[in-house]
Amino acid sequence: MKFGVVVFPGSNCDYDCYHVLKHVLNQQAEFVWHKDWDIKKFDCIVLPGGFSYGDYLRTGAIARFSPVMESIVHHSNQGKPVIGICNGFQILLEAGLLPGAMLRNDSLKFVCRHVYLRVENTETPFTRKTKKDEVLRLPIAHGEGNYFAPKPVLDGLIKNRQILLRYTDETGTVTEGANPNGSRENIAGICNLKGNVFGLMPHPERASERELGSTDGIKIFKSILSSS
Amino acid sequence: MKAKVYVTLKKSVLDPQGKTVQHALSSLGFHEVKDVRMGKYIELELDGLDKSKAESKVRAMCEKLLANTVIEEYRYEIQG
Repeated sequence: MKFGVVVFPGSNCDYDCYHVLKHVLNQQAEFVWHKDWDIKKFDCIVLPGGFSYGDYLRTGAIARFSPVMESIVHHSNQGKPVIGICNGFQILLEAGLLPGAMLRNDSLKFVCRHVYLRVENTETPFTRKTKKDEVLRLPIAHGEGNYFAPKPVLDGLIKNRQILLRYTDETGTVTEGANPNGSRENIAGICNLKGNVFGLMPHPERASERELGSTDGIKIFKSILSSS
Repeated sequence: MKAKVYVTLKKSVLDPQGKTVQHALSSLGFHEVKDVRMGKYIELELDGLDKSKAESKVRAMCEKLLANTVIEEYRYEIQG
């Protein structure tokens, strides 16, 4: 499978994603500069984490007008997979490819630690290699991951099973204490209605090798491979 | 011509930064402060537009980039 890892000025998880795809999973992977627009050759687009444009104005607000984004809208309209991790998720929200918006963490602090997440829907191209209600352990590292959407939008996400990951405790129970940032419904990751665009705050690329303390993240990437 | 744009979180969206500032003011003895809303102030220098055109342009800028209308509301003043 051929992955395009988009690089914005300020991306800093691009090499981590590239490394996992290329060296851990032995897939084809290339960087895509945000000013490139020809992404036809890629099967899957990865929007990595970081601080695109220094998080100026709002996280992801400037990056979403990069030339590559128009091609990504076209790519996703064709039903091809797009995964946005952390800042990539924020960019997908700003671009309107996913519903809702990010607020500052309710603690006002940058939160950087491992969290537990329950997989809410295993019938998507991003989760099909996980088991029903499986609890994953992945790291988060963000200051603005407090997911917000108006009530009708949240109701729609629940009804259409678009919530793919929720912050939980170790046993997979959704609790207020397990919510690291104040996200509505403990949301850590959602997909679009069609199920081919996925945004998540945790970093699966930082948990894909045993040396890093967790290999749960590789299940997300392996799911994408199995769906092609 | 100058435009002053104010962007704040919508009333329906909790503003944790505002709450923290309110608590800080309260602990300094300013108990009369009932609510604090934090926001952004953006100044734009505009060139070659009449006032009504400037108005519609600034509104378009707010809708497209300066505010995220899922969580924020905006207002603006145009001067000169």
